[in-house]
Amino acid sequence: MVKSTSKDAQDLFRSLHSAYSATPTNLKIIDLYVVFSVFTALIQVAYMALVGSFPFNSFLSGVLSCIGTAVLAVCLRIQVNKENKEFKDLAPERAFADFVLCNLVLHLVIINFLG
Amino acid sequence: MAAKKASPDLLNSSFSFKSLKLKTKQQELLLRVSILGLVYVLAFIARLFSVLRYESMIHEFDPYFNYRTTLFLTEKGFYEFWNWFDSESWYPLGRIIGGTLYPGLMVTAALIYWTLRFLRFFVHIREVCVLTAPFFASNTTLVAYFFGKEIWDTGAGLVAAALIAICPGYISRSVAGSYDNEAVAIFALLLTFYLFVKAVKTGSLSWALGSAFGYFYMVSAWGGYVFIINLVPLYVLVLLITGRYSMRLYVAYNCMYILGMLLAMQIRFVGFQHVQSGEHMAAMGVFLLMQVFYFLDWVKHQLNDTKLFQTFLRITVTSAILVGGIALGVGTASGYISPWTGRFYSLLDPTYAKDHIPIIASVSEHQPTAWSSFMFDYHILLFLFPAGLYFCFKRLSDATIFIVMYGLTSLYFAGVMVRLILVATPAVCLISAIAVSATVKNLTSLLRTKQKVPQTGSTKGVGSSKSSSKVTLDQSQPFHKNGAIALLVGVFYLLSRYAIHCTWVTSEAYSSPSIVLAARGAHGNRIIFDDYREAYYWLRQNTPTDAKVMSWWDYGYQITAMGNRTVIVDNNTWNNTHIATVGRAMSSYEDEAYDIMRSLDVNYVLVVFGGVTGYSSDDINKFLWMVRIGGGVYPVIKEPDYLVNGEFRVDKGASPKMLNCLMYKLCYYRFGELVTEYGKPTGYDRARGVEIGNKDIKLEHLEEAYTTSNWIVRVYRVKPPTNML
Repeated sequence: MVKSTSKDAQDLFRSLHSAYSATPTNLKIIDLYVVFSVFTALIQVAYMALVGSFPFNSFLSGVLSCIGTAVLAVCLRIQVNKENKEFKDLAPERAFADFVLCNLVLHLVIINFLG
Repeated sequence: MAAKKASPDLLNSSFSFKSLKLKTKQQELLLRVSILGLVYVLAFIARLFSVLRYESMIHEFDPYFNYRTTLFLTEKGFYEFWNWFDSESWYPLGRIIGGTLYPGLMVTAALIYWTLRFLRFFVHIREVCVLTAPFFASNTTLVAYFFGKEIWDTGAGLVAAALIAICPGYISRSVAGSYDNEAVAIFALLLTFYLFVKAVKTGSLSWALGSAFGYFYMVSAWGGYVFIINLVPLYVLVLLITGRYSMRLYVAYNCMYILGMLLAMQIRFVGFQHVQSGEHMAAMGVFLLMQVFYFLDWVKHQLNDTKLFQTFLRITVTSAILVGGIALGVGTASGYISPWTGRFYSLLDPTYAKDHIPIIASVSEHQPTAWSSFMFDYHILLFLFPAGLYFCFKRLSDATIFIVMYGLTSLYFAGVMVRLILVATPAVCLISAIAVSATVKNLTSLLRTKQKVPQTGSTKGVGSSKSSSKVTLDQSQPFHKNGAIALLVGVFYLLSRYAIHCTWVTSEAYSSPSIVLAARGAHGNRIIFDDYREAYYWLRQNTPTDAKVMSWWDYGYQITAMGNRTVIVDNNTWNNTHIATVGRAMSSYEDEAYDIMRSLDVNYVLVVFGGVTGYSSDDINKFLWMVRIGGGVYPVIKEPDYLVNGEFRVDKGASPKMLNCLMYKLCYYRFGELVTEYGKPTGYDRARGVEIGNKDIKLEHLEEAYTTSNWIVRVYRVKPPTNML
């Protein structure tokens, strides 16, 4: 039973790995950025657990800026990915411009919220 | 010679569509723009009844606070406004106004004021405040047009704009002079919903950003933003469950949620509620659910192998549910996630407020809605709403699912609380517009297929001529054409009755300023009772500037705004104990009340009395609420002491505690000598319809300072303690 589940897990990892290496490079860069953002958010949460959450607005703005950029990067990835039929007539330049605009608004609000 | 030549030129230049050589599309555009322009103007002028009948003034109670804060903002600037601590209300506690108000309305009015001043129109801020609500009502009709266009088509948009321009449910809170949060909030609500539906339809980040800004405007304007932050996740959940999920939904919701939440937390009054309050947890839950859902979807797409995916699915779903459940449980149990507050909890459980929080139960706008209110506020829209629902279900799309959900949830809440009819109004108007537009389109297409010459005499809603080609019917039956004409006449009749009803309702019911009362004299002439403002201006001019005034909380905002004096309690009702103290003072005997008033440094007491004029919203009719609220905190005040056999009476048969309490004495002092109505004994209370029980009232610790000309407002001075020898 354990052996079959570990074999399943290994199969899972291998097929995921092989499927993933087929994705184009620009999408991989975006994925790397998403992983970096989430990792930064986790570090901030761990730090908060150590030293306490005062001032709370700074903690929230830090974590939410990481989550925000991660989410916006995922949205960019969705819009740029050529496999998505829904977005095939959206120019990647327009998607990137929207991404930049939303990030600009996000970071302006974060700067105001940082305190 | 010149005159002769002029006339044929005039004839030739007479206006006709043919001479302008417009194509059908341009004709349609001209028609649409002119209809929208007329609807815009109509929405504005329908709300001007009270300005024309009385004067340009602020109505009711809450708008006076908003006016005072707007005045402060324009005089002192935004930094002072944002950090304002007001020591003139809730004496001796004071109120942190900068952190406990929704600044959207004030900032909007101030911006309009500064823009007008920049353009060298030097208007008074009061005029801007009075006309803010009609201006934003006109803007709401425009948003309703675009929203209707998204959901159905341009015809439905035009009908929706026309319906919402005059709908009494919306007019009730947005007449000229009603300078309250809802004036701007409904515009922000509809704008947010429209931008979000547009974002879901197009999947574009910029529309989602727009809806985040719309949400920010809504949060800054009204506490009812909780409706948006719960409806949108519910909508996303419904879409996920019905299998209509798509990448566009992911983009729209996530961008709106994160940016909207961040922007909303900039408002001090909202603060950290988006991550700490139970009312906002649904949005966060759906956010996390979406991440899990789309991650699984992506993995499924990558794997292309169902068996492996099943195992992965099992692991992820169980772990996600476990983690989410544990987090929610720990958060709620430890008290970190606060439960639903009383105001919103009473929406889910309507009996909660009556038993636990009498202050919420006492507000007349929070009572459950009667059918007559629905009919009064909606008229024909009430039965057009189910018809519109039918059409929406026939053509289900992301947009129609949204409007159906908005309509159903808002109607449920409108049934629980009268005030929320306002929130349901845009949904009801939009869905009814769909019914009207689709019906009229079907009927006119019946007419158009029969005749070769196209009809231009049909009622509004005629969009394109493409629909005529889709209708097939038996050419040999002229009955269909006559039936269609008859039904169209019927629709026209219904809509005209709606317009007549709305105008009548606006004129009769929703255009009274509440601070100025009017009545018909014996000869049919109009008599104006301006007692409130008379009393407040007397206070302003005849009392020392540091005088403290005690009154029931209804009048607090007006006293600070117009009388410019410190009050003990006002309409913000944030401190129940303080209000209960005032309630206890009003319902005690004069000696105990004097002790309480001395402890609060009260110099003047203000009561409202309607016995001479028959005005029924006076303090005696509100007295039992004072007893209940006071009794809620001080058990020494017991409601049965003031009732006789469960009945509230002020005549000879009233209970002795009632006949000698402070409120009774202050209201009926010297009233026993007055003849109010021909043929009735002295001291006949016209509002209660009885002769009062205790006519010989002596006041020991207070003296009468001022009574207005119709005895509506009475002010008493609290005498300092006699010197002890």
